[in-house]
Amino acid sequence: MVGIVIVSHSQKLAEGIVEISRMMANAPIAAAGGLEDGSLGTSYEKILAVIEEVYSADGVAILMDMGSAVMTTEMVLEDFDKPNVKMLDCPLVEGAVLAAVESAGGRTLEEISTLIEDSRTTKKF
Amino acid sequence: MDTKKILAIIAAIAKKIEAEKDFLTQLDNEIGDGDHGINLARGFKSVEEKLSTFADKDIGAILKGVGTQLVSTVGGASGPLYGTAFMKAGNVCKGKTELTDAEFAAALEAAINGVKMRGKAVEGEKTMLDALCPAYKALKDGLDAGKNLVDALSDGVDAAANGVEYTKTIIATKGRASYLKERSLGHQDPGATSSLFMLQTMLEVLREA
Repeated sequence: MVGIVIVSHSQKLAEGIVEISRMMANAPIAAAGGLEDGSLGTSYEKILAVIEEVYSADGVAILMDMGSAVMTTEMVLEDFDKPNVKMLDCPLVEGAVLAAVESAGGRTLEEISTLIEDSRTTKKF
Repeated sequence: MDTKKILAIIAAIAKKIEAEKDFLTQLDNEIGDGDHGINLARGFKSVEEKLSTFADKDIGAILKGVGTQLVSTVGGASGPLYGTAFMKAGNVCKGKTELTDAEFAAALEAAINGVKMRGKAVEGEKTMLDALCPAYKALKDGLDAGKNLVDALSDGVDAAANGVEYTKTIIATKGRASYLKERSLGHQDPGATSSLFMLQTMLEVLREA
């Protein structure tokens, strides 16, 4: 199964999204939120550690909130030497649920990254 | 410009950022998420603590070390941005223990290109680039016109200060302030301001010598 990493400035937000996604599907998903001490921000070390945690040959999809979450993840990936890790641009909650469901359903990273495009235009009502 | 001076500049920047921490945070409170000063001060404090381990390294390794440290400790957007800037400057100073004026300018240019690349940003979006780009241009023009480094950098600092003033007159289209749209008008950009502080500090250290 494709691993999923949620990067957010807030540890609570990242963990909450992981919680909601797990209600739907049993995929390897983990939170990289906040700084080491739990305060708001994004941590290079934390993101790297969480990618390693969910990594398998199937790859890892990374979903981020904004700003430094995106830039710090970029820098982690520039230094990361294993293949099949991808940042996906989507609404964080909807994207995470979709990615978890599709990962648990056996989709590849490429397939998930195409499917997640839909979550960008899905309306709630 | 030798290794000793580079270390002195970095130590002085760390002090300056600590001293201006509250001011930068206040600017960021107005149009952003209110963490710029706190984050940068945390990053530069950890850089300061590492400085003694950089003492026997070449300029490229020192700048790269500073960048890496900022990326892992700042926690906000200025971490990857300034981190990339120092790392890119480090790349062009690889193995050097002394920089000519032209090499110093090339390092600054590489740093600015790093910020542009990382932030996918250009001038005029109310970011640190609005201080850095005019500063580099003035520095380069000064050096090309035969000025010494201190005078050329002094022009650069003036241009950066004008750039910070200019950020008050434009709407943010990058970074957190862009959420505020026209409400970002009238406020100076915290990132441009911290860039100005760094350039001012460089100039002060060079003048002391």
